[in-house]
Amino acid sequence: MIKVGLDVAKIREDFPILKRKVNGHNLVYLDNAATSQTPRQVIDVIVDYYQRLNANIHRGVHTLSQEATDAYEQARIKIQKHFNIAKNHEVILTSGTTHSINIVANGFTSLLQKGDELLVSAMEHHSNIVPWQMLCERTGAVLKVIPMNNEGDLVMGEYHKLLSHNTKLVFCNHVSNALGTINPIKEIIEAAHQKGAAVLIDGAQAAPHIKADLQSLDVDFYTISAHKVCGPTGIGMLYGKESWLNKLPPYQGGGEMIAEVTFEKTTYADLPHKFEAGTPNICGGITFGAALDYMNAIGFEEIAAYEHELLHYATSELLKIEGLKIYGTAKNKTSVISFNIEGIHPYDMGTILDKLGIAVRTGHHCAQPIMDFYKIPGTVRASFCFYNTQEEVDVLVTAVKRAKNMLL
Amino acid sequence: MTIKAIQEEIVDEFSMFEDWMQRYEYMIELGKSLPLIDEQYKTDDNIIKGCQSKVWVHAELDDDKLVFTADSDAVITKGIIAILIRAFSNQKPQDIIDANTDFIDEIGLKEHLSPTRANGLVSMIKQLKLYAVAYQTQLN
Repeated sequence: MIKVGLDVAKIREDFPILKRKVNGHNLVYLDNAATSQTPRQVIDVIVDYYQRLNANIHRGVHTLSQEATDAYEQARIKIQKHFNIAKNHEVILTSGTTHSINIVANGFTSLLQKGDELLVSAMEHHSNIVPWQMLCERTGAVLKVIPMNNEGDLVMGEYHKLLSHNTKLVFCNHVSNALGTINPIKEIIEAAHQKGAAVLIDGAQAAPHIKADLQSLDVDFYTISAHKVCGPTGIGMLYGKESWLNKLPPYQGGGEMIAEVTFEKTTYADLPHKFEAGTPNICGGITFGAALDYMNAIGFEEIAAYEHELLHYATSELLKIEGLKIYGTAKNKTSVISFNIEGIHPYDMGTILDKLGIAVRTGHHCAQPIMDFYKIPGTVRASFCFYNTQEEVDVLVTAVKRAKNMLL
Repeated sequence: MTIKAIQEEIVDEFSMFEDWMQRYEYMIELGKSLPLIDEQYKTDDNIIKGCQSKVWVHAELDDDKLVFTADSDAVITKGIIAILIRAFSNQKPQDIIDANTDFIDEIGLKEHLSPTRANGLVSMIKQLKLYAVAYQTQLN
């Protein structure tokens, strides 16, 4: 039985979508690693923005523009404080993690030479693989892979062996989206720095569970998407150390990112605007700040403790089903369970679960190298959030058993 | 039987089911009994792109009619293939090209036509029709 540290019944009242029926059943939303749901308090901010504040920012002298600019810049400061970032101009607001990673990968084009080495972990999302492969194609740098073991942990001994003075960049997720593994990023960052390499940590999957202290981690770049932390889609953060952001050229040209433009030469704006060309997602930025406020009001320690209990309960209940195998059994993991039942394709399982009102993710989770490692076509992934309940775990377990009976 | 008559027969069969459970159980049965494609045709060339599960389709001409065999690693997908093959296999290529596919909607499998399902029912139908176009050209 789960010891409830949170008032989950009250929290669920904040999420209108959780009252939905799907295929005649109460929705059981267990696809939180793909996107989290949005509480009323955050939806209210979206509505308020368009009803009261909507104006373009950073340029108008009129009141609406100034108020919208203030709200947007306040959100940047909220994000800065949340991640304990030294300077607010080190927070670049992007369209999300993928955009953030592409800014850095593009920026390194002029900083790399043929033969330089980049290290990538074996458990990355495609968004933290493909931009670097494209960078290698442009520069002649070489991509090397930090291997993982059967439990879904990185083989750290191999990582230390791969690091050399040729290593220029290391990139790794804080938490694996497909397996839930929490990677030892402190150790990864320290070791890379000893060899003079920069480190980018993809924090997309960590952000809903772990409040990362970026100054204490001493990480060079950290990326997240707001829609993983109860915020809207289309907005996210690139954190970069000021010294690195000054070295990287802009990613896109346009308005907002310039200091002066003539047809002979353009000079770029200071940070953060250098990387924020064009009218930004103003409402998204403001709402991102509100989403972090919402989660902080609940408390990340309380969230982590409750989700840990949900994970523990769901793991032990699912493992009672004969033939069920969990992929990703690292000691340190977030509330994500990737599983298959022997003889059942994950797509079939996902289809039946949907008919029973349960939302899970099926497939390769944009991490095909992990599926190749386990030699499987994909998995069924149930990912839990602080608004999920023990009863919902029971509904999942019953539904998996029912689907198994139908499909085998 | 014409494609249209077969489709009507399938719609009739599915109308007897009272709920989705029965429909899916029937499809799973169909999937399990699908005559398998010859192993030699389960090649990467014959995989239909755009499916979350793997789907292989092979087509060959028998006199003036096109015969399809197929397989998938997911059983519900196999059930869907079985229904498609029942409707389209052993038919003249031109008839396959001209056939409409509204019956999928009528038997309550509309959700599988949605691109978000990524199971490629749309890709499957497109591939069957492409084979028909290719063989029709050959017949001409």
